[in-house]
Amino acid sequence: MNVTWVLAWRNLWRHRRRTWLTVAAMVFSNILLIFLVSLQLGSYQMMIDGSLAAFTGHIQIQHRDYHEQQHMYQDVPAVVDLATRVRALPGVEAASARAEAFALASSAERSFGILLTGVQPRFEPAVSTFPGKLREGRYLRDGDEQAIVIGAVLAQNLKVAVGDELTFLGSGRDGSFAAGVATVIGIIDSGLEEVDRSMAQVPLGWFQQVFAMGDAGHAVVVRAPSVDQVQATASALRSQPAPTGELVVLDWETLVPGLRQAIQSDMTSAWFTYGVLVVLVAFGVLNTQLMSVLERTREFGVMLALGMSPGRLARLVGIETLLLAGLGLGLGLVGGGLLSWYLSVAGFIYPGVEEMMERFMLGGRIYPEVSAVSMLIGPAAVFVGAMLAALYPALRLFRLRPVAAMQVA
Amino acid sequence: MSDIACRELCKTFHQGGETITALDHVSLDIEEGSFVCLFGPSGSGKTTLLNALGGLDTPDSGAITVGGQRLDGLSRGELADLRLHNIGFVFQAYNLITVLTARENVEFIMQVQGVPAGERRALATRVLEEVGLAGLEGRRPGELSGGQQQRVAVARAIATSPALVLADEPTANLDSRSAAQLMDLFVTLNKERGVTFVISTHDARVMGYARRLIGMRDGLIVSDEQQQPHAMDV
Repeated sequence: MNVTWVLAWRNLWRHRRRTWLTVAAMVFSNILLIFLVSLQLGSYQMMIDGSLAAFTGHIQIQHRDYHEQQHMYQDVPAVVDLATRVRALPGVEAASARAEAFALASSAERSFGILLTGVQPRFEPAVSTFPGKLREGRYLRDGDEQAIVIGAVLAQNLKVAVGDELTFLGSGRDGSFAAGVATVIGIIDSGLEEVDRSMAQVPLGWFQQVFAMGDAGHAVVVRAPSVDQVQATASALRSQPAPTGELVVLDWETLVPGLRQAIQSDMTSAWFTYGVLVVLVAFGVLNTQLMSVLERTREFGVMLALGMSPGRLARLVGIETLLLAGLGLGLGLVGGGLLSWYLSVAGFIYPGVEEMMERFMLGGRIYPEVSAVSMLIGPAAVFVGAMLAALYPALRLFRLRPVAAMQVA
Repeated sequence: MSDIACRELCKTFHQGGETITALDHVSLDIEEGSFVCLFGPSGSGKTTLLNALGGLDTPDSGAITVGGQRLDGLSRGELADLRLHNIGFVFQAYNLITVLTARENVEFIMQVQGVPAGERRALATRVLEEVGLAGLEGRRPGELSGGQQQRVAVARAIATSPALVLADEPTANLDSRSAAQLMDLFVTLNKERGVTFVISTHDARVMGYARRLIGMRDGLIVSDEQQQPHAMDV
């Protein structure tokens, strides 16, 4: 047995209570960090999933300028055929064609601006959760014509209900006047007021007819098996021969840049909080190790007198800190891992915000994401912080003089 | 290795605005295999001289040569290395590491020397047996008497086979019987291993063991005599 390690281990227990308190602080921090990081990553995952599943999808195939400029003529030719081919590709869970136009919707009493979307009724529910958010009536079906589903706020503003008619006016792809009369067959309550204020969907075929789109649309919306696989699926799509050179494959980070920015912004403030926690723990370790070194000054003086170098003494303090931090790390990993794993299965409810989360398509519960990153990043920071905190007490030993040290009571 | 030569050693301390002369132009030669006692009242400079000989403290002026090596030219690391391999220390207050057992205390310094684990364990056991602590190897200092603790300290000092042992008031905290046993042990090690002993004391009974007695007062060597050693009358 290496006597230095035995000595380091026993030194830790010269003051059991102090050691346990320091270890407890590290364990608590590690558990908290594992839980918070898991919760944070789980929330982000749910935010991404919920947000993209609502309407945008993971990937869209568009005309290269459509995302920036959104002109009607920046279209995807033979959009339904393209969606059919894409749907058959490996790595694609679902795909649906869409076309979009801004229009003015009018009821007997009022008019409001809307974003009218032509969708494939059979495939749209696989790429969007809006069809599942019907509050009244039914969703579109293949073969429907002159039928429209609208957002709940729009219905309220237009003062229309299921069965009522409304008209919409807009510009066709060729700049011509586009107008239609449709019967409201369903009202969607997505939970997002802004969306519900302008959302309106009609069958794609009818849309193409009214807006002079021919067989074109504006996007093929694709859902990958998971967010993690979006890049692989996007790469696979990009490697396919394109019908025209003007199409591009855009992933969700390009389509919804605000989502990534919101996550990054949240992460930055969270990391700052975690950093403060790690620094506090490091100061705890610094206090423990400094006290430990100061009260053993005489013993260190004897060791120096016997021929140990200051470097060896510093290494001894380093080993003690390593063991201390290792205990905190091990126990923290077990505790934090078990807690996060349990909550990742059972879910976690923020009391009082379940309804709001439901409305934002996040479900009632948050499921922490247990991964190597969530398990290790916090405890690793605490571990490194603890080791760095031992530097000062260890470096003090280089200033120690044997005779003076041995005279310390 | 243990031939010691000191030339014109001076050392002063400042305490409460007063300057205390601990060593006042001390010159001294100690031959290898000697058994020397430094004696004198408290504050006479015995401990300061021992510390200087062991490279624990630096004199203000003068030169010390141990085994032909000038100490004033050595770095802290080189001095530590010299102590580790050539000098054993025995202190008045034992100064054992309280959380280690007797064997581990002896082993620890050998590990620092780089002695392989199996070898140092066997050697520690043998040395502890040699100092009369067979069967007590697994006890911690708190479980041993003062005499036994000092024997562990001696075992720690000699386990590395030093050529020189510096002992500062080694019997001060021991009863007469333990002190006699310790001094008998020192004499045996001096005779059988040829270890040079330089012991500071103001105990007349300890002085009886020495072959050479060096008296100190106010930082000066005031007497230096050879004598026929005689054991302590317990």
